[in-house]
Amino acid sequence: MENKGRIDRHPVLSPLPDSWVKFTFNGRDMVGRTGEMVSSAVFANGEHVFGHHDKDGAALGIFCANGQCSQCTLIINGVPLKSCIVPLEDGMIVRSVEGLPKLEDLEPPLAQLPETIETDVLIIGAGPSGMSAAKELGAAGLGVILADDKDRLGGKLVLQTHKFFGSEADCRAGIRGTKIAEILAEELQEFPSINIWMESIVLAVFSDGTVGIRKPEGYKIVKPKQLLVASGAREKSLPFPGCTIPGVYGAGAFQTLVNRDQIRCSERIFILGGGNVGLIGAYHALQAGMTVVGLAEVMDKCGGYKVHADKIVRMGIPIYTRHTVLAAHGKENLESVTIAGVDQNFNTIPGTERNFKVDTLLVAVGLSSVNEFHHKAVKYGIPSMLTGDAEEIAEASAAMFSGKICGRKIADSLTDRSGNIPSDWLDKAEVLKSPGGNVEDYSEIAEKQGVFPVIHCFQEIPCNPCMTVCPKGLITTSGHPVKGLPKYEDGCIGCRKCVAICPGLAITLVDYRKNKDFPIVTIPWELGDQVVKKDQIVDVTEWQGCIIGTATVVSLKNAPGYPSTKLLDLAVPHNIANRVAGIIVQKSDVTKSEKINIEIPVSDDSIVCRCEHVTAGEIRDLLRQGVRDMNELKSRSRAGFGACGGKTCETLIPRIIRDEGISMDEITDFTDRPLFAETRLGIFCGKQSE
Amino acid sequence: MYEVIIIGAGSVGTPTAMSLSERGIKTLVIDSGNSAGQGNNKCAIGGIRATHSDPAKVALSLHSLKTFSTWKEKFGDDIGWFMGGYTFVAYTEEVSKALQSMIPAQQKAGLNIKWCDSDQIRELVPGIKAEGLLGGTFSPEDGSASPMESCYAFQRQAVKHGAEFHFGETVTAIRKNENFTVVTDKGEYTASKVINCAGSFGKEVGDMVGIDLPVYPDKHEAGITEPVQRFFNPMVVDISKIAGSANYYFYQYSTGQIVFCITPDPPLLGTDTEETSTFLPQVSSRMVNLYPRLGNIKVRRTWKGCYPQTPDGTPILGQAGPDGYFVAVGMCGQGFMLGPGVGEVMARLVDGKSTEEDEMVLNAMRLDREFSGTETLK
Repeated sequence: MENKGRIDRHPVLSPLPDSWVKFTFNGRDMVGRTGEMVSSAVFANGEHVFGHHDKDGAALGIFCANGQCSQCTLIINGVPLKSCIVPLEDGMIVRSVEGLPKLEDLEPPLAQLPETIETDVLIIGAGPSGMSAAKELGAAGLGVILADDKDRLGGKLVLQTHKFFGSEADCRAGIRGTKIAEILAEELQEFPSINIWMESIVLAVFSDGTVGIRKPEGYKIVKPKQLLVASGAREKSLPFPGCTIPGVYGAGAFQTLVNRDQIRCSERIFILGGGNVGLIGAYHALQAGMTVVGLAEVMDKCGGYKVHADKIVRMGIPIYTRHTVLAAHGKENLESVTIAGVDQNFNTIPGTERNFKVDTLLVAVGLSSVNEFHHKAVKYGIPSMLTGDAEEIAEASAAMFSGKICGRKIADSLTDRSGNIPSDWLDKAEVLKSPGGNVEDYSEIAEKQGVFPVIHCFQEIPCNPCMTVCPKGLITTSGHPVKGLPKYEDGCIGCRKCVAICPGLAITLVDYRKNKDFPIVTIPWELGDQVVKKDQIVDVTEWQGCIIGTATVVSLKNAPGYPSTKLLDLAVPHNIANRVAGIIVQKSDVTKSEKINIEIPVSDDSIVCRCEHVTAGEIRDLLRQGVRDMNELKSRSRAGFGACGGKTCETLIPRIIRDEGISMDEITDFTDRPLFAETRLGIFCGKQSE
Repeated sequence: MYEVIIIGAGSVGTPTAMSLSERGIKTLVIDSGNSAGQGNNKCAIGGIRATHSDPAKVALSLHSLKTFSTWKEKFGDDIGWFMGGYTFVAYTEEVSKALQSMIPAQQKAGLNIKWCDSDQIRELVPGIKAEGLLGGTFSPEDGSASPMESCYAFQRQAVKHGAEFHFGETVTAIRKNENFTVVTDKGEYTASKVINCAGSFGKEVGDMVGIDLPVYPDKHEAGITEPVQRFFNPMVVDISKIAGSANYYFYQYSTGQIVFCITPDPPLLGTDTEETSTFLPQVSSRMVNLYPRLGNIKVRRTWKGCYPQTPDGTPILGQAGPDGYFVAVGMCGQGFMLGPGVGEVMARLVDGKSTEEDEMVLNAMRLDREFSGTETLK
């Protein structure tokens, strides 16, 4: 059924329900999956252009697919709405937004009368931190409203098909994010005092101690004793010429399309940014059967975990460090991207430009905390705490742990008890948040007999399931019990659990017992059974992706107890067996760049405010006129006055200010005003059907 | 040494500086904000009307309208001017009578205004609730503009003619000897004349020279929607009172957004500008009831500003207290629309060149009046 734009088989994800509805897009008949977001349905039908901007006529496409940026606005049954948070219904009439939309003369939306509701704790965001906190509060018998703008619990966990880092005891290391979301959701069912509000968008924190929330059935004014802001993070953007062309979007949006909605949104992808989000995005693309032609990272090395970077390099994705994207090209759709090397001052080096033909450029240049509700609450004297990414950007494993601690802290303060937070929890929370540490030198194992694991993990990260899973306790750490590098000691029984559980896919098992000349090397495998066949000759690589020879595929079998993880056995020549860490999946010919003959526009043309299409040049011009008050800057440029409320440009404008050599001390910050998300006027007063 | 120091670079102080500097009068403007219009100017919704019940206000507004409506043509800056008119609608006999009774005096003061029947109003505002609609006034030459764009444009014009602006500086005292010494947290400045254009802080700046200005700010919340294609032109005003609120009004800005505001009843005194949960349910129920189609337009942003009120709803203008001290305060939420007109009157007054009409305005708005009446359309 209508599978052209959809992923028909995925090595990790289960097929989605086979239930379909009809809708139209600009008069074209389309079919979409019942209840999927309209943006995904439109994408699955091959349409990536969502309209044209009123100011400059430029084509518009999605950016965040996360309810934040408003770039995905479509006219749905006559009303312009963010299509990434509107579930598809049978018979919907969907149109692109061409210039200013028309306000149709329709009946006001049906909604309940506004209502004020009191609760002990309001948690904004039902992701890893919010759910973990809710569980603690529910266990203490406190009344909780757990509000989230999505249609299902889990936040970003529902996009995370990879196995989690951290430790098994503290944050379910080794289990996939999608599964953790299910487990947490089930656990919340045990506590009757937790009210779960899905598709519920927080619009504002008010000075009268209340929080306005738009539920599907109407507008609610919640008066909490305590607020817990667990609203996660939003993706940062980067201004470069062509950054708003449809096909240039966030890596998080990509994960949403691919992993949540199973949309085949791309064929050829380039990725900008080597943090964990970009690195994992590349891996997810391979799992979905797409080609990743490369990844550019502006620093000397990727900021994400080394095991993530190594994993994708081993599969044949080139990583261009000290490179950035110079421009994206295309009009209605992305056609190519140009990258270039940068010097120590991050200026591009002429002559280093390369051009890649791609249909998608994923922007993964970091995350910023969604913490504005907390700041308002503090200003208005509402007790409030931050947790998870809303507090500090880190892994979801850390978010779960920080949520758990916040939940206990709040439970203690509201029930006048204390001492329910074990003394070592705060240290653990810090450890789980720590970024990757120094990289140790590679040391080759000389052993040529028996069976043993080879651990290709040389950077300290907060992760230790290999130690806890070994039935013989043979993997230990040299330093910190969670962060320290794992070391193997003699006595392996060949159970291969460490190979299966490692979230970084960084452990192989080498078995010389049957054949000393061609020992069996077992590598973890999550790309399904279509990519390799028995007896196939494959290129094998060492831990950092250099091809060191060939091997023969012996078998591909499920790893018992580790869903969707397979173990790939290779017969490898003994001289390289201990060094083999992976096999090439993408041949080098698919990742080649081309000679450029495209004129790169000056960077003043880069769009900074995606909503109002304000360029970097316009902002610079005002700064050069002497404008130093952000209120004036915004008012005169219109940057930040668009549908998203300045969520993207607020991190970009300070960069231009700094580029201009202006100190932030000279700048007056702007006054932050509600609403957080545009909402129809009729929702606030309510209207019942007659 | 300046000839004039203006305290306040907002809706009133900025155009006053423009008018003074155009006359070659050396002017300094001091404001505690970090750019022009950071007090109530940026909170104004942008309506500009000469439709008032008081002839002095009509006169000031007609001058303002001329400035706003000809600005782009004269200076090239787009300040968002749109001549969409104003309509005050009536759904009760009481409102209908009140509005109609004012028309003769308004017309006499030079205002282009007429009474429209229900059908004509429905043509002006397509889709407005027909049930119970008795008609309304329509003044086609009223309109709207961007308060901030206007303020910046006036500032640029003032600077072009030599006015100086000191931002981020708070006036703490005023001393009067032969001249005035204006003391701020950063320095002292002397001038032969001082004009108090301090908006919400008009009373405090009056206290500095020992005069009591009855200016009491009250708080109003406002909002703006997404932009859509134009579907009606005039500012729509409903002056009927219900529990919790008096009048409310909305219009479609030159670039397509609906801008709206409501007057709480009883008024909420104070100067804080923090948003409350009362506003949106209150204003939406009235707007959507009057104009159901608005139920589907998305609210983008809300904010709160102050109306520096006087007891009778009319501003205080002219010389007051020590010789050389002037006030242009108590604009009652109309500082933006009255500003350019006030600026001209104040500049002529300071320059000793008041016209006969100025005298009428200054007499009606003098400080030592009774403050007993109430402006019907405040």
